[in-house]
Amino acid sequence: MTQVLDVSAVEEPDVRDRADVVRQVKTIVVLALVLVAEVWFKLSIDDPTVSQLLKGPRTLENQPVEFDGTLVSWTAVALTAIALVLAVLDRYPRGGLGVGLGVVLGLSFYAAFLMWAYADPTGAFAPSITNPLPGTISIATALVFGALAGVLCERAGVVNIAIEGQFIAGAFFGSVFSSIAVASIAALPLFWCPVFGLLGGILAGVGMAAMLGLFALRYHVDQVVVGVVLVAFGYGITSFLLGQIPADRKDDLNQPHLLEAVSIPGLSDIPYIGQPLFAQSLLVYAAYVSVPLVWWLLFKTKWGLRVRAVGEHPKAADTVGINVNRIRWQAVLLGGVFAGLGGASFTLSTGAFDKEMTAGLGFISLAAVIMGRWHPVWAAFAALGFGLLRDLKNQLGLLGDKVPGDLVAALPYIACIIAVAGFVGRVRAPAADGQPYIKSD
Amino acid sequence: MTAMSPTPETLAPEPEGKAANGLQAWLPTVRDTALAILLALIVGAVLIAISDEDVINSLEDLFAHPGSFFVYAGDVVRHSFGAVFDAYKALLDGAFGSGSALRRTLERSAPLICAGLGVALAFRAGLFNIGAQGQMLVGALAAGYVGFTFDMPPVIHLGAALAAALIASSLWGGIVGLLKARTGAHEVITTIMLNFVGRFTVLYFLAKESFQRPGSDNLLSPPVDDDATFPTVFGLHLGIPLAILAAGGVWWLLERSRLGFEMRAVGANPEAARTAGMSIGKVYVLTMAITGALSGLAISMTVLGLHQSITDQVVGSVGFDAITVALLGRATPHGTVLAGLLFGALSAGGLGMQTQAGVPPELINVVQALIVLFVAAPALVRGLARLERRKKKADKAKAARTGQEVAA
Repeated sequence: MTQVLDVSAVEEPDVRDRADVVRQVKTIVVLALVLVAEVWFKLSIDDPTVSQLLKGPRTLENQPVEFDGTLVSWTAVALTAIALVLAVLDRYPRGGLGVGLGVVLGLSFYAAFLMWAYADPTGAFAPSITNPLPGTISIATALVFGALAGVLCERAGVVNIAIEGQFIAGAFFGSVFSSIAVASIAALPLFWCPVFGLLGGILAGVGMAAMLGLFALRYHVDQVVVGVVLVAFGYGITSFLLGQIPADRKDDLNQPHLLEAVSIPGLSDIPYIGQPLFAQSLLVYAAYVSVPLVWWLLFKTKWGLRVRAVGEHPKAADTVGINVNRIRWQAVLLGGVFAGLGGASFTLSTGAFDKEMTAGLGFISLAAVIMGRWHPVWAAFAALGFGLLRDLKNQLGLLGDKVPGDLVAALPYIACIIAVAGFVGRVRAPAADGQPYIKSD
Repeated sequence: MTAMSPTPETLAPEPEGKAANGLQAWLPTVRDTALAILLALIVGAVLIAISDEDVINSLEDLFAHPGSFFVYAGDVVRHSFGAVFDAYKALLDGAFGSGSALRRTLERSAPLICAGLGVALAFRAGLFNIGAQGQMLVGALAAGYVGFTFDMPPVIHLGAALAAALIASSLWGGIVGLLKARTGAHEVITTIMLNFVGRFTVLYFLAKESFQRPGSDNLLSPPVDDDATFPTVFGLHLGIPLAILAAGGVWWLLERSRLGFEMRAVGANPEAARTAGMSIGKVYVLTMAITGALSGLAISMTVLGLHQSITDQVVGSVGFDAITVALLGRATPHGTVLAGLLFGALSAGGLGMQTQAGVPPELINVVQALIVLFVAAPALVRGLARLERRKKKADKAKAARTGQEVAA
């Protein structure tokens, strides 16, 4: 018995190759930096008292609650220290558990940062920490839809950097369709008018996707060229059409009725998270459903297998009788549906369309696709994380000069560069991404 | 996106007719480009017509009184042609109609040409540089900062501000080359992301006190010192000759220098270039740095020439238009100059269209995007242009066949 144990004890070490060592060193360096930052946050706080309004907007009943941030700061430090020790001992978990631990560490860093940012207010009044979920969800809805569009296209081997263009078109036609429905279809109850707008967004997104397909698949134009040009086209045509709406018709054409919130009984009563997560518009619920739906389509259906096949090895797919370009067309157009929905969320949950209102969020979706390794679920989580960062930027705007919100806004883009540069794991696109398939005779 | 790669061979002049003399070899390119521009302008005209207020009103009349169809249909056609004619006449006037219009065209062309040259150069080395925008943004910060902060003698100050822009932009570009050479990170992704990092960097700095114009609440820098601005000749600043010089320099670099040969070799086939003993990494880094420097030159024309200050909108969309300029110019220096002049004229004309005909200037962006799409898909344009002829031919053949059948 003891002999057997000895053998396993001898065999265990030295299966680590260089990559494992590099990974361990990287983990240690990153965690050490995070730890130093968290300790610095804690030590530079003079008065740890902060106030929070996490329950919801300020009302007579809901007043800011003051609390001591020390515990939060030290918890973050302790968690990071434990992870650092694990990494030094080479016991940092891998796979799903490792990612989960990473998310916990990230959130605790976020909390420690908030404690520092909100403590010792410089202005006359002290702003309260508000619930990050409503802002995050509203931004992440568009990002998640955009990321799903990107995943679908790129899994089929079509590079889509035109998500931004699909967004802007979806936003414009979402607004126009919703406004027209309000103004012209008297029989339609107001609740359903923005749903009409969603249809407009879908049509616009699919239209842009059809242009991508036409030029990339039919005419084999370089897909990056098509993408760049479609973004310019989308910005141009929406701004042009907006400028052509006469002043006296603005109410008919660009005054959308917004999507109304639908509370899910029970779930929406959960304190703190119930309202922002489960008293949302139909579009947000559609986003919740779309992520598993796309995952199921891609990984559990015959069609999904074909999509992945034409994205990885179109020639092999062709050999077994799959019509490569037809599958690619289907994936691109379905992606257009999601991108259009994402675009519609810009106007149907906030208000009238404005020039270039998508402001580069389509490219954050692209970053989410890459961060999420071309996987719908991971991409959706990356989109959620980027949404949280964007919400943080908006919150920091209230705090004045203490934290440069503009630099926080740049973080998703920097994260994406770090990811493609291979500092975090390995990022590999579908093998045939961007290559037109030209059948040889 | 490792597999995604730009295809310089499709951007370079088409090889068809290689055996023919120079002019004939160029004919297909010129013809396709002209057709693409024409087609884009036609689509633009349709957009103007269907969104024109008078046309929409007369269309409503038409539907309201289907009985007198021809009366109102005539109105629709008349209003459509009127709107399109007014808009395009204003476009021409705005671009070439007067001395000041011509000057504006040239002022707008110069940065487009420079930044376009940068994109074109990168194309030839097989790199798709979408990052002109970001490179120009940091170049603007650097040029402006040196321009309004320091106090230097006249010529030296301009030189210092220009050098600052070139260095900042070439570093911003060089990062991309370095990342690609060292880690294989795809330049399309890194340049897109760096554009946004650049944008937020500019927003961050413009909010700083040292970048704020005293007494202004906007994101507006102090004015650039007079000693650091471009001298003007006949009211035209030095940007235009500089752009032409830059085009000559890029031509020399690509066609006559050793580095240019290596760039083209890497662009044509990186593996073969590596086998031939070239350092691909070196070529990537240098190409992106030079590309960045050209973007820096482009933005210095705005910061030190036209606006003489920095705002958050200082670059506009020049960085993105540069891509379309380079694509339309088939990634050659002379093509880029011509494309830059065309887009400069369109941009200046767009302004005239807005003031004279009330057409939103963004129509120009649509037309530009369509031109590039059509140029990139010559098969589509040729197909559309030949549609009529082919139909006629088919009809004739059919008629001949039926004639034969009848005769038999």
